[in-house]
Amino acid sequence: MANAKALIITGNGTNCETEAAHACRLGGFDEAHIAHISDLLSGEVRLDDYHFLNLTGGFLDGDDLGSAKAQANRLRHARIKDGNEHLFEQLQRFIDAGKLVLGVCNGFQLLVKMGLLPGFSNNGRQQVATLTFNDSGRFQDRWVYLKNNTASGCIFTYGVEKGLYLPIRHGEGKFVVDCPETLERIVNGNLDVLVYSDPAYTSATMEFPLNPNGSVNGIAGICSESGRIMGLMPHPEAFVNRVQHPRWTREELPEDGDGLILFKNAADYVKKNF
Amino acid sequence: MAHRIEIALKKTVRDARGERIRNEIEHFLNIPVKMVRTIDVFTVDAGLTADELELAAAGPFSDPVIQDFAIDAPIATDFDFVVEVGFRPGVTDNVGRTAKEAIEYIIGRPLPEGEGVYTSVQYLFSGEMTLKEMERIATGLLCNTLIQRYQILDRTTFEAQQGIRAYVPKVAAHAAGTVKEIDLDVSDEELMRISRDGVLALTLDEMMIIQAHYRDAQVVAERRKLGLGDRPTDVELEALAQTWSEHCKHKIFSGNVEYVDEKGNREQISSLFKTFIQRTTAKVRENLGDKDFCLSVFKDNAGVIRFNKDYSLVFKVETHNSPSALDPYGGALTGIVGVNRDPFGTGKGARLIFNTDVFCFASPFYDKTLPARLLHPRRIYEGVVEGVEHGGNKSGIPTVNGSLVFDDRFAGKPLVFCGTAGIMPAVINGEPSHVKRIDPEDLIVMTGGRIGKDGIHGATFSSEELNESSPVSAVQIGDPITQKRMTDFLLRARDRGLYNFITDNGAGGLSSSIGEMSEECGGCRLDLSRALLKYAGLEPWEILISEAQERMSLAVPPAKIDEFLALAKIMGVEATVLGEFTDSGYFHILHGDKTVAYLPISFMHGGLPPMEMRGVWEIKQHEEPAPAAKSDFTQDLLQLLGSLNICSKESVVRRYDHEVQGGSVVKPFTGADNDGPSDAAVVRPILDSFEGVVVGHGICPRYSDIDAYHMAANAIDEGLRNYIAVGGSPDLVAGLDNFCWCDPVKSEKTPDGEYKMAQLVRANKALYDYCVAFGIPLISGKDSMKNDFYDGSTKISIPPTLLFSVIGKMEDARKAVTMDVKKPGDIVYLLGETDDELGGSEYLAAKGFTGNKVPQVDAESALDRYRAYHAAVKNGLVASCHDLSDGGLAVAAAESAFAGGFGMALDLKYVVAKGNAPLGDEPLLFAESASRLLVTVHPDKEAAFEKAMSGQAMARIGLVTADTSLTVTGVSGKVVVKAEIAALKAAWQSPLQSL
Repeated sequence: MANAKALIITGNGTNCETEAAHACRLGGFDEAHIAHISDLLSGEVRLDDYHFLNLTGGFLDGDDLGSAKAQANRLRHARIKDGNEHLFEQLQRFIDAGKLVLGVCNGFQLLVKMGLLPGFSNNGRQQVATLTFNDSGRFQDRWVYLKNNTASGCIFTYGVEKGLYLPIRHGEGKFVVDCPETLERIVNGNLDVLVYSDPAYTSATMEFPLNPNGSVNGIAGICSESGRIMGLMPHPEAFVNRVQHPRWTREELPEDGDGLILFKNAADYVKKNF
Repeated sequence: MAHRIEIALKKTVRDARGERIRNEIEHFLNIPVKMVRTIDVFTVDAGLTADELELAAAGPFSDPVIQDFAIDAPIATDFDFVVEVGFRPGVTDNVGRTAKEAIEYIIGRPLPEGEGVYTSVQYLFSGEMTLKEMERIATGLLCNTLIQRYQILDRTTFEAQQGIRAYVPKVAAHAAGTVKEIDLDVSDEELMRISRDGVLALTLDEMMIIQAHYRDAQVVAERRKLGLGDRPTDVELEALAQTWSEHCKHKIFSGNVEYVDEKGNREQISSLFKTFIQRTTAKVRENLGDKDFCLSVFKDNAGVIRFNKDYSLVFKVETHNSPSALDPYGGALTGIVGVNRDPFGTGKGARLIFNTDVFCFASPFYDKTLPARLLHPRRIYEGVVEGVEHGGNKSGIPTVNGSLVFDDRFAGKPLVFCGTAGIMPAVINGEPSHVKRIDPEDLIVMTGGRIGKDGIHGATFSSEELNESSPVSAVQIGDPITQKRMTDFLLRARDRGLYNFITDNGAGGLSSSIGEMSEECGGCRLDLSRALLKYAGLEPWEILISEAQERMSLAVPPAKIDEFLALAKIMGVEATVLGEFTDSGYFHILHGDKTVAYLPISFMHGGLPPMEMRGVWEIKQHEEPAPAAKSDFTQDLLQLLGSLNICSKESVVRRYDHEVQGGSVVKPFTGADNDGPSDAAVVRPILDSFEGVVVGHGICPRYSDIDAYHMAANAIDEGLRNYIAVGGSPDLVAGLDNFCWCDPVKSEKTPDGEYKMAQLVRANKALYDYCVAFGIPLISGKDSMKNDFYDGSTKISIPPTLLFSVIGKMEDARKAVTMDVKKPGDIVYLLGETDDELGGSEYLAAKGFTGNKVPQVDAESALDRYRAYHAAVKNGLVASCHDLSDGGLAVAAAESAFAGGFGMALDLKYVVAKGNAPLGDEPLLFAESASRLLVTVHPDKEAAFEKAMSGQAMARIGLVTADTSLTVTGVSGKVVVKAEIAALKAAWQSPLQSL
């Protein structure tokens, strides 16, 4: 078994790299490397050398053209220095090698807008869903209850019995799809891994603020058909220790935060398969 | 030729932005509008092929799932009016910049100089509005005409001209490089005209000092050697005006004041800054002895204290009031990204860990008429809140603590305080991180954004009152992403040891930053023509003083310059060498080969004699209301909870990311439903450790109406007590003072200047008295002294305001205490003494009174109590703690109870009254006596807690109850407050909930 290596990409407005790397290490990765996008474009860092890619939260390029749009365009068109390879090709190779990708918040927006999520196998990376402005028209920082779809093949949420309690921090988190068939395919394939729910994790909700953005079917996070690429609006890396919970001074809580399981599962998967 | 790409949401997609605007029009302009939809417009002024345009429109510019696009054809349908709002030439257009970069990635080549993308927004209105109403909507809500332009078309016109024509807001370039000489051998009136017309904000005395300098034969002889004449160049005059501005030089704080107290005793004060602020820190450090934790105070962009042996903490709080009055969004955004650069440019550079913000506004529901130039407080509120939201969130810095303070006098100028803390390794490359130096021959490097006409005269204009002719160019829009790229780059450069010195380009631009850096090493030689410009057409003086944002100035050793520039290039950041530092004794500025400014460093920084001012104190008597003859104060409490200063600010706070970076331990909201108001914030900057940074603040401008001495004393105590409440250590705590005053210099415009100066002196005296007594060193601060509006007839002056920010440490953040009650049966204690001190309280204000009995702070007993309480916290004895401030005990109890979701039963007869004086229910419930904390303790810990607090002024005043009502029994044994906590919470949440 090789050392489990996680890569966290930063630059151009990515903001959550430090806590994402911390979560990777706590989750069991032997290495969690924070690389600036320019390190990838200069060829100094190569995706091939890692097992787990974190596309984490922030405001890529200020979300100026719509969340993560400019970065999706950059990744699609930018070439690695002194070579003919596009960064996107490296990413494709990474995915084809069965490695793991987790997109959180801005990273989820990026995966969706690059057509990598839901990433239906036969549609050629066409974008079929998006994340757009919250129904409230406002950025929101609040904690949400996320019911886990236990039938999902998502490797990140493996073993989550009921759900997770995590913070959301976004202005553009409303998940919408291009047509009913897309939603059907997401639901039928159990790709809708996490949905905004009531505190008891009984069912998805459209009620604000439990559903903070008006996402269709209450969808907060989805995965690819392989289960190895996942994107979600809530921030798992922001809850890996009890003192990050908003009510830790009044509730009996375990030492580990709810979000840590995603990183533990990722590390376990890498250790088993690589 | 320019092309228009228009992006519209598909008909089936909800337009949240349009809906919000429709609601705001209805609420605040009372104009019924059926529907508003929005269209994003990109005006592409670049030589692109039709295919390339199509790729841009279909790719990065639009989202195929929810949007459609049209190129060079109007996409708007089904509307009655269209309003299009875009920027004026030269205004920062962040989206346009990103759009340009996106095109460059697509076409694989950079666009040539001069080509670009400009954005605007089209608003489509349906309804029965008149053209006049549309004008009101455009100017009253959609467009700030200072920085934006708009056009309104009705449908017929729109269709007749086939949509809106492409318009490129490019700055018209004209020949640049001209330097004028200014003749100062003129009359005094003429000198003043030169100062006024040029927005130099120099007084006659100052103009005459400059005049004398250029008459000095030796000066003239030196100038001749470089081909300069005996008149100042415009570059020199502008550089002096920036350096000598109140904003940069703090002339009021460094001047001489004769202070006369109410008894006629005279006192000569030579520099308020030295006498009170610097002396406070010196005294506290002396008292701390070998426990002194200050590392760098007053000499850098921000203060530095020790966090632990491996890390140092950096903190600065700034104000950005004048720009926020003119353009609330841009002003506040620039305020936050501007203060970010202070800790970033402190020592060798710090990683930023949190922001704080405190806003002082007039009521957003203000319904009286305002002078023409003033924006409605509601617009200021909206714009400032959004500006700080974008600045903080996009920079990835959590906003962890703040306040909103309301007083209608802030209509004259809003106060926008923005603070930022950073952390840096205590040692970097073998040197202490808080020290830096410049060696002669080090290269002058500017990095980050480019220079434009934005922010010209910011420093001088904010040194005057706001008036009809305040310059448009002083307003600018920050660009958090350009700054983020720059800080990502510079932190790497720091760790690789690629520069010797770093500082921020803020007020006064290069003139200030390089001027101050030149003082470090004794001179500079800088070529303005090497600076990268946003567009052609800037005169040399404009390049020197432009306050265009997102720039840092550095001293880079020649041996490191190649590596520095290469790293910048790889990371996509622009950096240019502008010249070198010298020890010539001169601030030597060139444009190409030609010298355009040659000023002795000694004259620039030491040429200004201190100002002479006078302050005369008098005690003003206010009407004292008779005690209320009633026994039920429930309605009073509900009214107070719903007052603007006390009510929940959650609708604002939730718009700020307070958790990014993962370190948040005590969040702004806490309790059973995550909605109780925390007293202070606790943050873990190092995720592997549980050591916490604690930050809080105090601000109480209303008390200035009685005595600014007690205003300051209470602000200090409030800041400290908030900090102590959550668990901050009294042994490692530092303060920052931000004075925002109305002009305290007597003049024709300010006949009551001597009283205002006396208020300033008194606030300073309190700062010394209380910070020394509490053992809080002042590590940094700022003053903003001209917070008045005057248009020749109406004058609005803000109440004198001190924001006292507190930063410190708790060894173990897992011991932090929140303000929500935890369990029924817990015992309620009130720490501290209550007195008949309703003066300046929210309670009296609600009844239209000021009163006279302002709360007085007894620092010695308070500190003793805070220490005892802190020991109890460290031993885990405290279940909850909430500080008593606006609204007194009644409000604190209500907040703690509804935050915890339990009732509370209190009996006022147990409350400790100062000197055991008999107090009525009114002061017991609502007095804002200082240094008090409402604490709950689990019965298991009762004995240990009481032991820990033995000898302190403290009383057990009741219990947390399993029911859901707050019941307070008065001194006579009758119930004086009884209310359901749900009703109390509703009253507290309602006023600003929908804003």
